[in-house]
Amino acid sequence: MSEIERDVREFISENFILDEEELNGDASLTRQGVLDSMGVLELIMFVEERFELKVPDEDTLPENFDSVDRIVAYLNDRLATAKR
Amino acid sequence: MTGSVAGAPQIGFDALRLHDPAATADAVADDLRQAVRGFRRRGAVLGLSGGIDSSVVAGLAARAFGPQKVLGVLMPESDSSPDTLRLSRLAAEAVGIETVLEDITAVLDAVGCYRRRDDAIRKVLPDYGDGWKAKLVLPSVVDSAAFRLFSVVAVDPDGNEHRERLSAEAYLEVVAATNFKQRTRKMIEYHHADRLNYAVMGTPNRLEYDQGFFVKAGDGAADVKPIAHLYKSQVYQLAETVGVPEEIRSRPPTTDTYSMPQSQEEFYFSLPYQAMDLCLYAVDRGLPPASVSDALELSEEQVQRVFDDVASKRRMAGYLHAGPVLLGNVGSEPGAGDTDPETAG
Repeated sequence: MSEIERDVREFISENFILDEEELNGDASLTRQGVLDSMGVLELIMFVEERFELKVPDEDTLPENFDSVDRIVAYLNDRLATAKR
Repeated sequence: MTGSVAGAPQIGFDALRLHDPAATADAVADDLRQAVRGFRRRGAVLGLSGGIDSSVVAGLAARAFGPQKVLGVLMPESDSSPDTLRLSRLAAEAVGIETVLEDITAVLDAVGCYRRRDDAIRKVLPDYGDGWKAKLVLPSVVDSAAFRLFSVVAVDPDGNEHRERLSAEAYLEVVAATNFKQRTRKMIEYHHADRLNYAVMGTPNRLEYDQGFFVKAGDGAADVKPIAHLYKSQVYQLAETVGVPEEIRSRPPTTDTYSMPQSQEEFYFSLPYQAMDLCLYAVDRGLPPASVSDALELSEEQVQRVFDDVASKRRMAGYLHAGPVLLGNVGSEPGAGDTDPETAG
């Protein structure tokens, strides 16, 4: 497990009071009832502060944030772009 | 049902039509009278906002108890629209009920409602202050598949508009501060209910009740909610029958909570109330997005996003509807108190 994934999993499990084993990597967080409008705001804030990047409105899509795997993929992409 | 296209049953706005509004009003008034009698209360108190819901409930309560046993409480504050008081009085006069004016600005000021809200807005708009006006807005669920994140829109004293996405902290603090308004109003409604031995009316329609468009222990608190089973479109249909003036019947719904005018679609719902009602009606019956897409003039994908938003808000509303959770057995009757709390569970 990468450091990014560990951080994301830790945030989600702590912030939303979930057990780690409830967090399947590819499961939809909205359909699980984990992410609501408030939860999305908290998740974006966490991502921006922890990884020191700005998430533009057009990136706040389910394909970027609706599962652990998608969040990790988005972050990998954004952080790789930032390094270039 | 209005026909069938591509296999999906199509429904239109006529699905929400009340067959006999006068009969519905009589039935609701009968049920209301029974409910209040069951509480051993003698009449009804309600807050009047000048909007359609409270005006219709005033008319229903007047029908149920007689206008002399209904009190309308007018509770404007410094952010209220200039129309609020006038339309509230208009509604009360139309159905013949007494009113009492309770300006809640001083209470809100004392508890720090405005200061706390403005401090929170300054976390994202540092120049926000005296002479500015603001509201919270959400992007359209129809126009984009993106998650909907709240922004604050503010106008400075020179008329320049500013817009910033809210942080989670700022959003929560703004909402927590403005919720003082609904909770203060409910406190005053219960004061009058207690002194008159009346019951407090809640005024949410079905859309608001189902989707959690209310403040817990604020406008969500009541003894009876006479129109919570009626779609908002149906509340409008009852309005003329129960004597609501035309000016109120033709006025678009607003939140009347922030200092800038704010529609309910900007702040909460995905679509105007007529369309939301139809979506809720379809969701309630397990119908697919295709069943209402023609009537709404939206794609199935867009309607699906509205349906998803309805489901999401329902999940959030669960908390708002819930009473306190008891973690031990306190007996079958509230207040029975025959169980040792040390060994309960």
